[in-house]
Amino acid sequence: MEQLERVLETRELNVSMGPQHPATHGVLRLVLDIDGETVVKVTPYVGYLHRGIEKLGESLSYFQALPLTDRMDYVSSMTNNIGYVNAVERLFGIEAPERARFIRTMVGEMARIANHLLWLATHALDIGAMTVFLYCFREREWILELFEKICGARLTVTYPRIGGVRNDVSQEFLDSLYKFTEEFPTRIPEYETLIDKNRIWLKRTVGIGVISAEEAVNWGLTGPTLRGSGVPYDVRKYMPYDAYDKVEFDVPIGTEGDTYDRYRCRMMEFRQSNNIIRQCIEKLPPGPVMADAPKFTLQPKDKMFPITHPTKKHAFYIDEKVCKGCGMCARACPAKAIFGEKKKPHKINQELCLSCANCYVTCKFKALKIVPGGKGLSEEKLRELAAAPLPEEIKNAAGHLVEHFTFVKRGPRAPEGELYVATEVPKGELGFYFVSDGSGKPYRMRIRAPSFIHAGVLPRLCVGHLVADVIANIGTIDLVLGECDR
Amino acid sequence: MFENVIRPETLDTLAKFGINAGIIIVKIAIVLGIALLHVAYATYFERKVIGHMQVRLGPMRVGPHGLLQPIADGLKLFFKEDILPANSDKPVFYLAPVIFMAAAMVNLSVIPFASNFVIANINVGLLFIFAIAGMGVYGIFISGWASNSKYAFIGGLRSSAQVISYEIAMGLSLVGVMIMAGSVNLSDIVKAQANSVFGIFAIPQIIGFVVFTIAAVAETNRTPFDLPEAENELVAGYHVEYSGFRFALFFLGEYIAMFIMASLATVCFLGGWTIPWYITTVLPFLKYVPGIVWFLLKVYAFIFFYYWIRATVPRYRYDQLMAIGWKILIPVALANLLLTGLVKILL
Repeated sequence: MEQLERVLETRELNVSMGPQHPATHGVLRLVLDIDGETVVKVTPYVGYLHRGIEKLGESLSYFQALPLTDRMDYVSSMTNNIGYVNAVERLFGIEAPERARFIRTMVGEMARIANHLLWLATHALDIGAMTVFLYCFREREWILELFEKICGARLTVTYPRIGGVRNDVSQEFLDSLYKFTEEFPTRIPEYETLIDKNRIWLKRTVGIGVISAEEAVNWGLTGPTLRGSGVPYDVRKYMPYDAYDKVEFDVPIGTEGDTYDRYRCRMMEFRQSNNIIRQCIEKLPPGPVMADAPKFTLQPKDKMFPITHPTKKHAFYIDEKVCKGCGMCARACPAKAIFGEKKKPHKINQELCLSCANCYVTCKFKALKIVPGGKGLSEEKLRELAAAPLPEEIKNAAGHLVEHFTFVKRGPRAPEGELYVATEVPKGELGFYFVSDGSGKPYRMRIRAPSFIHAGVLPRLCVGHLVADVIANIGTIDLVLGECDR
Repeated sequence: MFENVIRPETLDTLAKFGINAGIIIVKIAIVLGIALLHVAYATYFERKVIGHMQVRLGPMRVGPHGLLQPIADGLKLFFKEDILPANSDKPVFYLAPVIFMAAAMVNLSVIPFASNFVIANINVGLLFIFAIAGMGVYGIFISGWASNSKYAFIGGLRSSAQVISYEIAMGLSLVGVMIMAGSVNLSDIVKAQANSVFGIFAIPQIIGFVVFTIAAVAETNRTPFDLPEAENELVAGYHVEYSGFRFALFFLGEYIAMFIMASLATVCFLGGWTIPWYITTVLPFLKYVPGIVWFLLKVYAFIFFYYWIRATVPRYRYDQLMAIGWKILIPVALANLLLTGLVKILL
């Protein structure tokens, strides 16, 4: 008998869900121990999409790290950019102009709508409602087209910049966006009729993944995942950044802390975000969209490049007496207009020269001379003119150019210190923590990614429920693995 | 010339047998050909219907309005590599899709498509369908087992539990029909409906019809009861390890099973190839429409209903599915049975 008992020993079935799985929203891997259909143990494994964005940030200048933030939460890259530029602006001690702040608020809320649309689409698809998926994508496509109109990119926008935004918005864009805000509230009930009153949807979401307010705070949950439990914490409301203190909005909260309440929270946020966009369009002040801080931001082009921009009339000439024939200028020339033997004076083919001034900046021996307005002149004439002293403005401009070159190369130098700045992205609180040693690169860049923290709560939500509820729970915490793994 | 070898009577019998066999073979060929064509175009129909419900167009590229899409799909599946998982139980792995599809196909033999057009007009038609549909679950279950994959295994388990549970409810819902028709021969059931007061059994047997419809959806693993192949939980369920033509067999079997259920609903509840007498009284010219047209129209309507559900509702959870089957459908079907019996006795 004893023998028999030993033979009939049972154990849980160990299932590895992911990293390749249709419902894990990317490359999340959950190792489930299931007893029949009941989940006994869940272990989330993250890191399959790790690209070392934090470490990369330490070796790039503040400008260069901005596009990396697009690649974190690729579903709503606009809000990531806003989080990053807000943190860097605070570090530099500069402030974006009023208009830029309103534009950022506006595009941030557009990204929020786009993100929640994708969340609703995939969450509903996970639970089996296929049609909602395509309805949501119809509206998301509309927003992405608006993004394209504003900055040319649909997903990885890099539109907000340190000190403002990349370019001003056109009236045409504002009109089409306003049309969207008028149309969108009529679309929300379309999703709601399909799922909100559906008995199956209610059965699948009510009472699933319940987490109390206290526990949710202790787990570090933020965003709608926290607000579903009834905690009205929203960075936009309590630590306003950009123009959130100048627009009116409510923070919708739930009561039960289950999947259904979190779903309702996000559905209410659709309407709030829509409202915010509309207020931003109505209140949009005139003015510049880039801060006037030459030490930290790139200035308008004609101010920066009096030599090369906007006129391309200057000619460059190599002084044979000074030129050592090192060949650095030939290497730097994009048009391959500089030729010459090694250790002998080089020459410029004036027909190919683009007047880009790369050679001028590169030359260590100051062998290159600028001939203002000398484009198209003969070699002898150029030599003659090159001997004459430069006019004062061009002399300064040349200095500017060198300055600009080093500025772009090294990046703006941040003051020493450290700071943490949080912004509210659609998934929760996205925080950037910078330690600056006064150089052009952060000493340490640390990102508090809401998805990472939310992935940690999965075992707490799933254990005791069924396998199908694991899927519902992954959907409800709104996970994007790009952000989670960074 | 055979007189010397075989007696004339025997020859006569043999000739009769040969003719009969020939007729049956022709019938089988017709039914199989039409059924397979229907299955191919059922997928097209499904994609189009769901596409338009989801504000998109569905297949549009292959042929005009994507009409050649099913053929392209079939060709693709046929030429795909036949992947065999290394640790699978090979003979069983090979057998499973064959069992599954054969079980679905055999059922076509007892469905009366029109008056006198049925391959095997047997007296246990309805029971035969139940028996063979029950066989289909073996295909699912052993495919889940033989794949040696956890997802396929869970899918197989879910499917067996689901099909067995819902078969009871379905059987009980059809007992009401049997009582009213007084027969389990499917042709007789249709004839009994044509002679009844309402013309179709769906009106007096409305409870049974609803139970049957729900159970039929569950029986064929369609949304919202598509748990055995729940894409988002089990990736594809029991056929996750199958590829190429073996997968196509499962796919084919599933769609044929859908047609069987739709045909069963048509035959048992919607009057088969007949239309109610009160319609022909008002519009007498409808008498001249061939019976097969009515039969197919009813089947298409039922299939459309399947697709409509799929585009509308989310998926149930496993325990909820079981609760519906055992706690709601079976008691309701039993109550319906009791009611039908009482009415039958009293009248």
